[in-house]
Amino acid sequence: MNAPIELRADETFVLNVGPQHPATHGVLRVKMEMHGEYIVNAETVIGYIHRMHEKMGELKTYPQFLMNLSRMDYLGALGYSHAHVLVVEKASGIVVPERAEYIRAIMVELNRIASHLFWFGAFVMDLGGFSPLMYALQDREHILDMLEAVTGSRLTYCYFRFGGLYNDVDDDFIAAARRFVPRMRKSLKKYRRLVTDNVIFRKRLEGIAPLSKEICRKYGASSAVARGSGINFDVRKNEPYSVYPQFDFDIPVYPQGDSLARYMVRMDEIEQSLRIVEQGLDKLPGGPIMPEKKPKLIKPPPGDYYQAVETARGSFGVRLVSDGGKTPYRLKLRSPTYSNMHLFDEACRGMMIMDALAFMGSLDLVIPEIDR
Amino acid sequence: MVAYFTEIYNGLVSLLVGMGITFKEFFKPTVTVAYPYETLTMCARYRGHIELVPDDEGNPRCVVCGLCEKACPSNCISLGGEKPEGGKKKVLTSYVLDFTRCSLCGSCVEACTFGAIDFSKEYNLASRRKEDFIFDLYKRLEERRP
Amino acid sequence: MRLTLINVIVAVVIAIAFAAVNAAYLVWAERRGAARIQRRPGPNINGPFGLLQPPLDGIKLMAKQLTIPGGADRILFIIAPILAMFPAITSFVTIPFSETIVAKNMNVGVLMIFAFASLGSMSLLIAGFSSRNKYSMMSSVRAVSQAVAYEIPMLITAITVVMIAGSPDLMEIVRQQSPSILHWNIFPLLGNSHNILMPLAFLIFFVCTLAETNRAPFDLGEAESELVAGFHTEYGSMGFGLFFMAEYANIVIGSCMTTILFLGGWSCPFGLFPGVWWFILKLYLLIATFIWIRWTFPRTTIYGLLNLSWKILIPLSLANLLLTAGLIKVF
Repeated sequence: MNAPIELRADETFVLNVGPQHPATHGVLRVKMEMHGEYIVNAETVIGYIHRMHEKMGELKTYPQFLMNLSRMDYLGALGYSHAHVLVVEKASGIVVPERAEYIRAIMVELNRIASHLFWFGAFVMDLGGFSPLMYALQDREHILDMLEAVTGSRLTYCYFRFGGLYNDVDDDFIAAARRFVPRMRKSLKKYRRLVTDNVIFRKRLEGIAPLSKEICRKYGASSAVARGSGINFDVRKNEPYSVYPQFDFDIPVYPQGDSLARYMVRMDEIEQSLRIVEQGLDKLPGGPIMPEKKPKLIKPPPGDYYQAVETARGSFGVRLVSDGGKTPYRLKLRSPTYSNMHLFDEACRGMMIMDALAFMGSLDLVIPEIDR
Repeated sequence: MVAYFTEIYNGLVSLLVGMGITFKEFFKPTVTVAYPYETLTMCARYRGHIELVPDDEGNPRCVVCGLCEKACPSNCISLGGEKPEGGKKKVLTSYVLDFTRCSLCGSCVEACTFGAIDFSKEYNLASRRKEDFIFDLYKRLEERRP
Repeated sequence: MRLTLINVIVAVVIAIAFAAVNAAYLVWAERRGAARIQRRPGPNINGPFGLLQPPLDGIKLMAKQLTIPGGADRILFIIAPILAMFPAITSFVTIPFSETIVAKNMNVGVLMIFAFASLGSMSLLIAGFSSRNKYSMMSSVRAVSQAVAYEIPMLITAITVVMIAGSPDLMEIVRQQSPSILHWNIFPLLGNSHNILMPLAFLIFFVCTLAETNRAPFDLGEAESELVAGFHTEYGSMGFGLFFMAEYANIVIGSCMTTILFLGGWSCPFGLFPGVWWFILKLYLLIATFIWIRWTFPRTTIYGLLNLSWKILIPLSLANLLLTAGLIKVF
């Protein structure tokens, strides 16, 4: 980056990016101290869409809180519900039928693809290309249609239950998912030729905002932000949960740490998720989707429980402290974007505003999930 | 010097490839639905706001047990029932759903042991007034009664 | 004398009308084209194929109040959109559409059009400067550095063509290219220069036109994901409308110049039936390419843009200029 220069106070100005700004994709506000086009200092201001989800978790009973999780991250909602149901099941010792776990994994992976597709489109739109967003949305629409046919909603699903699922999948879904996988692979090739190989796109991302491993560890970054910096960490592999050990998939890791590396990690993750979906459909066992023995009222025994999952945006953890009552004593939600975003203040110093906003796009921020 | 020209050449080729893709897309048919003029049918499991399910005679199946009221995380259901003179069971007189607070979680439908409520397929719910979203489902059922 | 004056006035009015109609309907064409590329219908409600959309948009914009932000420089704020539209429309006066259809031919046509083109970036500077908005200010600074960087290779390539034709008169430049496609400046196997690098010059000129008209991928001035809307962030009503129309009028001018300088103006590829229809055909093919490019590529960065100009376009166009000069001397 540029060598630091001594600036007097009257040589800089403060640029208020957000809370209503096209690049922040929501109500994030960044106070940037600028020297011309260069950022001297940046300060992210969050909390514009804080909805007290953690407090609601303490006030509502376990089943009542289920649908709050999908409101946290509207793009990859199922991954968040997954963490919540897993931790409550772990706490109250509910055994989930295998079929339910397989369906959960398939659904979460489909949702992850949908989320990455939306991110891909929005990211390219941040860089000024509009058409890839529309192509990505077309592919995402297929996923949403499949999920809608099973779960009944398109965005804020309330599909997972403690012990199993709300609905079973039908043959139509399985046929649709089987049709979807090759179609998505074809689209990925198209994205590669249209966007990834494009010289303008590469010039904008290559070498921009390189993040070191240290800074990722310092802020607790996960997902593509960490994996783009060469940290091989994925909760699905490192702390396996659900039925993920049964699947054969790779964790894409790129050592460069620049915006292009983060982009490549996510694009490769779509391919890996497709592999998981394929294997899940092949291995899908029969059987019930809800356990036969299930406590009528969920009252986990007193204790401290934690479960992390790999959502589309990174490592999402739910810490549940129970005092044996109908509602949790404390429900801490560790949201991945919160950690990923706080890199921005430190990493964007000395960058030009165009690169900084491209960098922000590559972090894949979903603001309701930061504020929660 | 060679690298300088190969870079320019490769860059140009990548741009032309991208233009080729958009050119092909130009001639493909549109995929959108012109919404107010065409509508899609909602899938069987679509979750709209809840609706009372009538029995064979067109009366609500609801027995006013209040399970849905308790299950609702947002307190948007309020039931009214009274015992008719001489009758043993409570009869539903009003079922008010405050849809402004509903988040379509479906807890009420799952809580109901009598199959008295179900999701509707309605999605055209736009209005300028907040009161339009406070439905009396009992009245709606009466209106639907043949 | 009087008769010629009336002729000129009528011609000027027709030229202005052509510019305005084009500006309005290119918005429609762009929206329809973009929609087709993205596989949606685009504006299709108002009138057949949505053809009434531009006039209705115009009425809507005119019906709105022109707000001037507090603290803005009122005079400059109002002048800027007019200054954006004025050179775009005036340039049409000297564009020869065919041997006979030209409002006022000048023997220094090339010079005049480039002089007016550089006035366009002036209006962006004034708009950004007078709005009292940090985003607008940054945008106008970008627009100026962009204009400075891209006018140089553009003028160098134009001068190459002028050298080949031996005259800055637009009519004369077209006449030199008239005989056949092999005389066109884009691929001049016959004619004066025999320079096989001319396709490259055409490409340079085309890229410069994109940059000069602030079109994607060089739309740094109004980079909507960074600078909100750039220099016209604070403009509403017809002030915004004028900026919007000026953008399309500039595209038409740029395409006209490319057609005249490189594609043989109104001449037919095979030397048959030359006429205005050939000009129109070439013009709209170029404009379609503008639209096509906009909806395909992401935006460049400001330094990427300056690098492209100073490191690639200017050296190449200079080399081409020298080569052409040598070839003209030899043949």
